[in-house]
Amino acid sequence: MNFKNFREYLAWLYYQYLLITGIYVLEPWEKSIFNSILFSVIAMVIYTSYVFVPIHVRLALEFFSGIFSSQPESTMALMN
Amino acid sequence: MKNGPGTGVASRQHRQESFEQAPMYVAVMTYLGFGIVTLFGYFRDFLRAVGIEKCHLAQEREEQKDFVPLYQDFENFYTRNLYMRVRDNWNRPVCSLPGPVFDLMERVSDDYNWTFRLTGKTIHNAINMGSYNYLGFAENNTDFLKTVADKLCQYGVGVCSTRQEIGNLGIHEELEQLVASFLRVESSMIFGMGFATNSMNIPALVGKGCLILSDEVNHTSLILGARLSGATIRVFKHNNMHSLEKMLSEAVCSGQPRTHRPWKKILIMVEGIYSMEGSVVRLPEIIALKKKYKAYLYLDEAHSIGAVGQTGRGVTELFNVNPADVDVMMGTFTKSFGAAGGYIAGKKELVDYLRSHSHSAVYASAMSPPVTEQIIRAMKCIMGNNGSTEGIRRIRQLAENTRYFRARLKEMGFIIYGNDDSPVVPILLYMPGKVVAFAREMLERKIGVVVVGFPATPISEARARFCLSAAHTRAMLNQVLHHLNEVGDGLCLKFSRLKYSSCPDLHEETDSELGS
Repeated sequence: MNFKNFREYLAWLYYQYLLITGIYVLEPWEKSIFNSILFSVIAMVIYTSYVFVPIHVRLALEFFSGIFSSQPESTMALMN
Repeated sequence: MKNGPGTGVASRQHRQESFEQAPMYVAVMTYLGFGIVTLFGYFRDFLRAVGIEKCHLAQEREEQKDFVPLYQDFENFYTRNLYMRVRDNWNRPVCSLPGPVFDLMERVSDDYNWTFRLTGKTIHNAINMGSYNYLGFAENNTDFLKTVADKLCQYGVGVCSTRQEIGNLGIHEELEQLVASFLRVESSMIFGMGFATNSMNIPALVGKGCLILSDEVNHTSLILGARLSGATIRVFKHNNMHSLEKMLSEAVCSGQPRTHRPWKKILIMVEGIYSMEGSVVRLPEIIALKKKYKAYLYLDEAHSIGAVGQTGRGVTELFNVNPADVDVMMGTFTKSFGAAGGYIAGKKELVDYLRSHSHSAVYASAMSPPVTEQIIRAMKCIMGNNGSTEGIRRIRQLAENTRYFRARLKEMGFIIYGNDDSPVVPILLYMPGKVVAFAREMLERKIGVVVVGFPATPISEARARFCLSAAHTRAMLNQVLHHLNEVGDGLCLKFSRLKYSSCPDLHEETDSELGS
């Protein structure tokens, strides 16, 4: 398939999305409802991951590095 | 020239039958699509119940709301919420004869397919890939139809009686003898309607205390006849001889369910070509099983009579089997003969018994004379009377079209089911959205196709069914294939993962294989 421009390619992708989810058979207002629900769910997922994922990753890294690096310090302290 | 029964065995008989499975993501997406549409179905039902939305369906009157409900809401859920949305793809009005090309009347809907109106325009010369016109006898060439017109002038159109009373015309007897000689059996009987041939005659053959072993994907007419008869029905897996043998041996050993008396009769019901799958029955193996376990065989050749076999005599000729081995041969004239009606053929005692005991014979109106003459002329053409080769030419053309079409489709990457010889080609589409989009796109390109979805097929295997015809020319098939290629790419329908190498002689006009 040759797409004349990017917009046509995006339109084809939207068509595939309509076919795969089965939205193609619904009336336009039902399509809008489904699209808005899906869009809001995806937006919430992106927002949550943007806000919480870096903090959780940093805490996890600190936890694991705390386990591996705390051991040598305590034995040295005991010997001294 | 004719081989003896059972001598033409081995390589050519076990043709390839493929039922390729689609990748897993296709099944997931199919169920996802159905799930979302079901959710919206519940939502719309809620709106209709609350009263926000007008209900277009039949409903009881206000005064009757306290009575026992007349219309069951839940059973119609699927019809109401999915079929109604997309039903512009079915029941399209055709306004010409159903030949290789036909005319459709254009219709539009203003309220999402609850009601339609005709615009007045006609879509001319759409290629017809849905009619069961296997040998191209649905034609209006006046030379060919001369005898039919003569009989119409002689007998009129209606018979106004049943066969048993005063509707037995000489032309009916002529057709019955012709059918018996065509199928190489002793005797035959014809009926006015193909569906009624099955559903009304099976109750005459079996009753309570008999066992029916029926294939998984048998046609509704066979299932209805079996249920009406009152016999016990057991279903074996489609074309699976192990399943059938297990059931047969268990039936012979254990007998009837509680009393353990032997079954009065065991009847195996199969079809020649299964129209939804495109597969061909394994006739030699079933006949071997039948002889071993002393069961009877009912063969429904609705789609295979006239369409397969060297001279068009159906699956018995395809597998080189003695027709006397099949106890009841049934078929219809709707498909390859371009008429309407059905027949039952077999031994003389069987047919004479059916003449007086079958509901269809006793109560149904006799076959109309022009229709009878059409079948006679089509059958004589196939048998090659007066030395004409028109019949053989059509049979060869159909076989060649079948081979070409199937090979090109596999090469393109579609998943198709069935035997390489069957002129019924189902292309798997799976997802409900794609099924509808496919039918609409093909209509826009002036090709009429038949798509089938859930109740007629399993829920995850919706398909488009192409019926090839001897009247299709190579140019028409190429045009259809070209459009199929484009639509397949545009809708992403090419799910096949098997590599298929194209034969070098695929694109030539020779039919060298028939000589071997």
